[in-house]
Amino acid sequence: MPSLSEKVLKVRSKNAGPFWVTIDIFCGSKPAFEEVCAKLKTERVAELYKAPLETLKRFDIADLNVVKFSLPRPVVQGSREDRDMHGAGWAVLLEEAELA
Amino acid sequence: MPTRVLVPSGVLGLGFDREALARGVAAKPDIIAIDGGSTDSGPFSLGAGESKYSRAATKSEWRQLMRARAEAGVPLVIGTAGTCGTDATVDWMVAITRELAEELGQTVKIAKLYSSQPKERIASALREGRVMPLEPAPAIDAGKVLEMTNIVALAGAEQVQAALATGADIVICGRTTDTATIAALPLLRGDHAGGAWHGAKIAECGALCSTNPTSGVILVDFDETGFTVEPMAKSARCTPHSVSAHMLYENVDPFVLYEPGGRLDVRGAVYRALDERRVRVEGSEWIPGPYTVKLEGARVAGYQTTIMAVLRNTHYATHAREWVAKLTTFLEGEIDSRMGLKPGDYHMDFRLIGVDSALGALENRQGTPGEVGVLGVVTAPTQETAAEIGKLINPFVLHYPLTEDEELPTFAFPYSPATTDRGELFEFALNHILALDDPADDPLAAFRLELEEVGHAELV
Repeated sequence: MPSLSEKVLKVRSKNAGPFWVTIDIFCGSKPAFEEVCAKLKTERVAELYKAPLETLKRFDIADLNVVKFSLPRPVVQGSREDRDMHGAGWAVLLEEAELA
Repeated sequence: MPTRVLVPSGVLGLGFDREALARGVAAKPDIIAIDGGSTDSGPFSLGAGESKYSRAATKSEWRQLMRARAEAGVPLVIGTAGTCGTDATVDWMVAITRELAEELGQTVKIAKLYSSQPKERIASALREGRVMPLEPAPAIDAGKVLEMTNIVALAGAEQVQAALATGADIVICGRTTDTATIAALPLLRGDHAGGAWHGAKIAECGALCSTNPTSGVILVDFDETGFTVEPMAKSARCTPHSVSAHMLYENVDPFVLYEPGGRLDVRGAVYRALDERRVRVEGSEWIPGPYTVKLEGARVAGYQTTIMAVLRNTHYATHAREWVAKLTTFLEGEIDSRMGLKPGDYHMDFRLIGVDSALGALENRQGTPGEVGVLGVVTAPTQETAAEIGKLINPFVLHYPLTEDEELPTFAFPYSPATTDRGELFEFALNHILALDDPADDPLAAFRLELEEVGHAELV
């Protein structure tokens, strides 16, 4: 089964302030956007990030062919347990996820 | 009145295209505005009250901007000076400005906008119910507020406008919102409020809203119906996609942005290409609300000592997780018996580089690493305790065997001493807002404005 990164242009994650992380999936084309919208369930993303489903915000932005997720950071930026100060590494979990 | 704002770069210290800056100055801007900070690199800068960027890089870029200001004859404004925008980093930036004024033979009037908050003020405001949590917010009480090393409030357009009203040549701001320094003048001159905030958000990271992010320089024209954005580097273009996509960047919600005194809503914004390089944006809306400013605060959460070892032996690299689990249990016993400390008295964490060091419990991929780096991080209430634990565990991190019946292994230590004392571990301790009175009465209620003139009059 193909991974998300094989279907889309780019997946990017970054802090949105010290308490949130935001993940942008740049689909690159209308068909890719529609496929991601249809197949990528918010439940699956919550599972990947071990986050309670109700904490995820999802934006399907047709004008940009972008699907965006924002969620409270698993640990606050720079706190004792934080392993990724800029939150840029979390994108790989979606990149590598299979698009069923 | 149309207002032309030149933004040289997303942040001072990151560099920009000099030719593009010259083109921007030639376009006769009404103001030059640049950001000086962010929380992006973590809590250290705010906790310690220090700039993240080097003084040399900051000074060399500020020199170019002070020259550009003199040539353009318009105010130069920096927001969130010295990464965190505490009073100490404003003064650091002012000291650099004084040196440069002397070296460049400029006489300049400097307005200094201070954003640091006395802890007692925030503790009282908390008791009075004027400090409110955002989602998610760390739990705080007056005692915790008093323990913080630095608290800043994010100034909005009104405070920057008060600083500009002094007629200063250079405005050095403490913590401001990323957009306030860019939006201040267009708003003051009656340009479209939604357009002013939206254009400021688009330009706050410099050329990141263009096809050539590293070129830095952006020019924004604000007017009564919206704004037009154009990159100054010849190699860069702004397209409706590059501009609108910038609203995604580091934003929880790409359509709504909260600022002191209201919120920007860009759901109705229309992005239109004027030509190959320029984008016109109209339809964004400013919705006034209560006047609140966001607070940022940091506190010391302990002191750290680290240790690093590399497992190259295949047996150990393959069984790194198992090795660390056994080692940790063993070390907890040693620390207890030799120092009388229980696991709750300190924190010890081994991160396996090559296995799961970036993602931790979220890692879902398993491979066969050629070698594994073991980064041990000890956090304790004092540096002495953290350092002592580091020294105690050092020989075991070097030699601990996976099984009892094997020869004592020796792993690779990259340096001597094997442990490194990191000093304070700061943590962000506030995600709150502070309610203020109507800024029309006193925009500086929670802020402080000072003026000084520097340079040599005879060199004018």
